Order: sequence, then C-alpha cells, then structure tokens
Amino acid sequence: MAFQVLWFILWGLLWAVYFMLDGFDLGAGMLHRFLGRNEAEKSAIRRAIGPVWDGNEVWLLTAGGATFAAFPSAYASLFSSLYSALLIILFALIIRGVALEFRAKAPSAAWGRSWDIALFLGSLLPALLFGVAFGNIFRGLPLDSQGYHGTLLGLLNPYGLWTGVFFVLLFLVHGALWLALKTAGDLGERALRFARTGWYFLLAAAVIFLVWTVPATRLEENYLRHPYWLLVPLLAVAFLLLVRIWAVQRKTGAAFFASCATIVLVTFTGIIGLYPNLIPSRLDPGSSLTAFNASSSPYTLRIMTIVALLFVPVVIGYQVWVYRVFRHKIGVEESPGAGAVQY
Amino acid sequence: MDVLSLSRLQFAVTAAFHFIFVPLTLGLSILVAFMETRYLRTNDPMYLKMAKFWGKLFLINFILGVVTGITMEFQFGMNWAEYSRYVGDIFGVPLAIEATAAFFLESTFIGLWVFGWNRVSKKVHVLAIWLVALATNLSALWILLANGWMQRPVGYVLRNGRAEMTDFGSLFTNRFGWVTFAHTVLSGYVLAAFFVMGVSAYHLLRKNEVRLFRSSFRTAAAFGLVSSVLVAASGDLSAVQVAKFQPAKLAAMESFWETRPGAPFTLFLWPDSANERNAFELLPIPKALSVMAFHRGDAEVKGLTAFPGDERPPVLPVFLSFRLMVGLGLLLILLAFIGWIKGVRGKLEGSPRYLKIMLYSIPLSYIAVQVGWLVTEIGRQPWIVYGLMKTSAGVSPSLLPAQVVASLIGFTIVYGLLAVVDIYLLIKYSKKGPDDDLSGILKSVPAKEA
Repeated sequence: MAFQVLWFILWGLLWAVYFMLDGFDLGAGMLHRFLGRNEAEKSAIRRAIGPVWDGNEVWLLTAGGATFAAFPSAYASLFSSLYSALLIILFALIIRGVALEFRAKAPSAAWGRSWDIALFLGSLLPALLFGVAFGNIFRGLPLDSQGYHGTLLGLLNPYGLWTGVFFVLLFLVHGALWLALKTAGDLGERALRFARTGWYFLLAAAVIFLVWTVPATRLEENYLRHPYWLLVPLLAVAFLLLVRIWAVQRKTGAAFFASCATIVLVTFTGIIGLYPNLIPSRLDPGSSLTAFNASSSPYTLRIMTIVALLFVPVVIGYQVWVYRVFRHKIGVEESPGAGAVQY
Repeated sequence: MDVLSLSRLQFAVTAAFHFIFVPLTLGLSILVAFMETRYLRTNDPMYLKMAKFWGKLFLINFILGVVTGITMEFQFGMNWAEYSRYVGDIFGVPLAIEATAAFFLESTFIGLWVFGWNRVSKKVHVLAIWLVALATNLSALWILLANGWMQRPVGYVLRNGRAEMTDFGSLFTNRFGWVTFAHTVLSGYVLAAFFVMGVSAYHLLRKNEVRLFRSSFRTAAAFGLVSSVLVAASGDLSAVQVAKFQPAKLAAMESFWETRPGAPFTLFLWPDSANERNAFELLPIPKALSVMAFHRGDAEVKGLTAFPGDERPPVLPVFLSFRLMVGLGLLLILLAFIGWIKGVRGKLEGSPRYLKIMLYSIPLSYIAVQVGWLVTEIGRQPWIVYGLMKTSAGVSPSLLPAQVVASLIGFTIVYGLLAVVDIYLLIKYSKKGPDDDLSGILKSVPAKEA
C-alpha cells in the first residue's frame, strides 16, 4: 500500500522532471529556425542544448520504464490505447535527435533546410502530443471491462488539443528562457523578448486550461475533498507570474527557475487530481487503472524502490555536475570547430 | 495479415534495425577510449587525431542506436500489451534498471565528451569516454538479462493471473542471460574491430595517414582476434544453455529430427520440414552434436519430433542462420588472425589484396551478428517466454490491423531514410580521414571562466 503510493508519486515526479528538462530542449528546437537568423546563431542554439538534450530525454525512458515495472497493466493499457499518438511522438523524437546530431554534418543549404524543418517538427510534435495525451488522461480514456474504445481522432477533442497548445506554449517560453540564459548578445536578447511576449499567450492558455479542467475532467474532486492541495495549483500560478516579473527585471536565471517550478507544479496539479488513478475511465469508474489495481507485486515495488534509492541520487549528482561544466554562455561567433566535433 | 503477424514483423524489423547500431557502439566506444588513453599517456598528437577520427564515426552511429532504442521500450506496451501485463512485474524491472543505472550514464557523459574538449581536464575527458563505454556495456547487460528471462524464466510464481517475481537474485544471476550477454557484447567488439580494420584498410591502400591507420589497424586486429576467439568460446557456453533449457531450439539449429544418444553433427544437410526429416545429409561427424550440446559423446539429444508440431520453431531459418553465423564467425577469426600477424610483422601496407578483403569484410561482421539474433529469437518461437507464454498470447488485443500496417509503413519510411543518411555520413567521414585541425585542443588548458 505504502509502496503503491510512493510509486504513484515517483511516477508523477519522473514525468514532471522529464517535462522540466526536455521541455526547454523541445522549446529551443521549435525556436531554432525562427530565433536563429543565420548559421552562426542556429549553431549557438543547437550548442545551447547539445550537451544535455540526450541526458534529458532519458528521463522519458525512465518514466516509461518505471511505468512498465511499477504499473505494468497501466503501461500496457496506456501504450496500446494511445498507439497512433505514441507512434507519432516516437517518430518525432527520433527525427529531433538525429536532426540535432546531423544538421552540421554536411555543408549544403538543402541539407540544412531539411534538418531545420525536421528539428522544428521533431520538437513541436512531442510537445503538442504529450499535452494531448495528458489532457486525455486527465479527461479519462474510453475504457471498460472489454478494453479501449477510442480512436486517434477521438484524442483530438477540444480539451485534449487545448492541453497540447498549453504544453507547446509552456515549452516555448521555457526554451526561450533557456536560450536567453545560455546565449550571449543579440540572440540572447531576442530570446528574452520572445519569452516576455510569449508569456502573455502562455498566461491566457494556462487560465483557459485551468478553468476548462473543471467541467472537462474530474480532477477537481480531489481538491474539493482536500482543499489544502489547492496550494499546488496556486503555487503554479504564482511561479508563472514570477516568470514574467523576473524576465522583465532581466533576472534570466531566476525567470528560468520559475519556469522550471511552473512546469513541475502544473504536472503535479494534474497528478494530484488524478490520484489514485493512473488512467481514469470515462465510461466506467470501475475500469479505471489505479495505483492499487494496476501495480506490480509488493516484492517488485520494493526492489524498484531500492534501485531508485541507489541510482537516482547518483544520476542527479552527475547530471548537475555536467550542467555546471557547461554553465558558461555560448557566444554566437565562437567557432564551433574549436576542438569540438562539428555542431 | 493479422495484428499478430504484423506486430511480429514490426518487432523484428525495428529490433534488427536497432541492432545495426548497437554492436558498433559496444565495441567502438572501448576502442576510442583506448586510443584517447594512449594520447593521455604518450601525449602523441597522433593518438588524439585517431581518437577524434574514430570518435566522429562513433557519434554518427551512436545517435541512431539511441533513437531507435526508444522504439524498443515503447513497443512492448504498444504491440505486446498482454505480454507486458502478464510479465511486467518481472520484465519491467531490468528495463527500468537499464534506464537508471546505464542509459543516464551513457547519455550524460557522451554530451560531456563531445562538448567538453576544452572544458574539463584531459583526464576527466578520457574518463568520460570510458564511462560511456562502461555504460553501453552495462546497458547491454540489463537488456540481455531481460531477454535471458524470456529465454529461461526464473525466480517467479504464477499468481493473481500473471507471473510475479519472487527472487530478483535469480533473475540477476540467470546464467542464460549472462552467457548471451558475453556472446553478444563480444560479437559487438568483433564487429567494431572489423569496422576499424576495414576503414583503416581503405586509407592504407591509398597511403593516407599511414602511421595513424597502421596503428588503428593493429589495435583493432588484436582486439578483434581476442574477441572473436572469445565469441566462439561463449558460443559454446551458449549452446550448452540452449541444449539444457531450449532443446527444441537446439534441434532446429541443427535440423535434428529423431531423438538419440551419441548424436552426430552433419556437415551438410538440407531440412525437409514437411516430411519431418532432412532432404539429404552428407558427412556426419559421429557424436559431435552430443559433445557440442552436453560435452558428452553419449548424451541423448532430443530431436524435433519429440515436440508437438505447435511447439517447434520454424526449422529452415533457424538452421540457415545458425550455419551462416558459425561459418562467418570462423572466417572472422581467421581474417583477424592474419591481420594480427601482418600487423606484428609490419607487412600491412605491403598486402593490398588482404587490405581489400578487409575493406569488403565490414558487412560480413554485420551479417554475422544479425543472423545470430535471428537464431536466438526465431529459435525461441512459438514462445514469447519460453515454456510459459506463447507469442500469440502476448499481442495487444485493442489493435486493428490497419494501425499496425500504418506504423509498419511509417517505420519503413523513417528507418529507410535514417539508413540512407547514416550510410552517406559514415562513408563521407570515413573517406575524409582525420582532421588536421586540432588547434583548439592541443593548447587545451581547461577553461575556467564562469
């Protein structure tokens, strides 16, 4: 029982950390061809996420692996139900990774243009579709004792799509703040301006998302039952406001931190509302997959807890260290060839 | 085709494609780490140039291994939901450990290695590539322990309508998994050695950077020779495990039909599955199969007819793949041995014919590892978990054939494009040779700015 609750929290945390970290990679990837006015600026944008995007993406694989190990029935239902949507995310992530690594590997303009488009779509689609997927999970999937009764088009309902738009804007502002933090000169300035302007759209999307969540989902029930949890969405809103305040004061680092906090708190706003459901059913609450009816055995959960306690602190330790190694700002004219493999 | 056949085809295609990149990553990471270590020790810029040249090829290959690996983790849930539900309590654990204990390490330190040339000390930089090498190999260990459990399920009980883990220790110490791990990573080392020897041969034939490529070739030849011999040895251990736990697979590998003691190994034969016999058999070596499988000449080997028709793997592909793997494996040992001798005697550049053979041998090692996996995976059929769950019972019930057709077409297009780009870049950068411009690094003192 305690382990199931613990793994429900960890499940939420893994997704939150994934969105917080890969969120700025995806945002920067979407902005790459619009903020980068020439090859040097584009290269600076890629180098701003180059050393870390791969390590960030592993949080997704860990979230997937943890879902598999801790909640196998939920993993099985979710991944087979959302088959087509996940497939598009998969292709997009494949293309995004390859675009980041291969973009600079040939000099031709057509080569560059193709990978620019690939990087844009490979970043936009996961942001959008993760939003759509979570919007639908919040809303509940059409599951009953016979299984899943939905279609790909069914996932593209207005609330699901709006959650997708919300995620895209969240990651765009997040990515712009990362670029403002990491790149020097005019590019950094433009990134900061983009974050400040984009923030208004994000605020509008967030407000609509929050208000719409009440009629579209049953997430509010947990909050009505235990109002003190409302602190989490309230903090999310507070940090969202701080993003703007600090961005205007040109405290880029603080604004980026506030954006990280916003993403984590938004994710947990959903996770708390879901509890104990991993996948609520819209057709029949009895068919919902919960932390209790979809979990692994207590023995397996205990093994997984030991594994997490052993390795996750180490992972966080060396990832933080690598972030510190690359904490410098990237100059736009700095030659990418200076020792590094072309990027 | 139905959802089951389509899903099997898709899994086979995506796993085989993923496995084009993994073996090179396994072996080349070690070779690059070794080269950079020599640079650290000797301060000879040639070794730096060498590490960077092979490192660049390593990275082109590495990224494709990473992105095609995501597919594998997703696919269990997408196409094999019943399997995931039934065995996730056990099978999910090594996958989750792989991500936390190995994949993070690999992905984080590759970033440090690529971008860290002027940011960290030389020692830390070498450490980064060794950690990448360690992590890729650890990653393979956890994946193959997961696979080893599918081949020989241990440490579980059937409870609550599924298989539940009762003993993580026996999953971790599953001999089947460890033997497969050894056989697989070693074959990856062989493949990487042949890759390095082949590309080096190309440049040696053109008298290009002779010192660098001679040294690369000799390193790879020694690495390849040792690894290829160990591949054979681990293959022998593997055969013993198969004989003990998967007798039907062993029988299919040899197209062996009638159970008998003192079973011969037949050098040439052709299976005739319809009539449950071989169309012809030439040159049997008495008792050799019994010795191979049980290390005892009089041991009884089970023939295919000892198993009901629906519990036999398809004989022809398993038989042919196995023969091809063994044949190629022996050929690779021979080629590596010749290369090692020629390297030691300083006769590489004087042997254009051998160098040409080595250049064209690169695909042979790729074929050898692919057919090796075909033996393992087709030979396990019709089981998804040997003796416990049939493949047909594991497929996702909610899928429609059209969905899987669409995804299969998607994979074919996306992976096809990736293959074209990968081959283009590998050939381009292999031919281009090492970069002369090491200016940024040689004066490298770790940058200390904020």
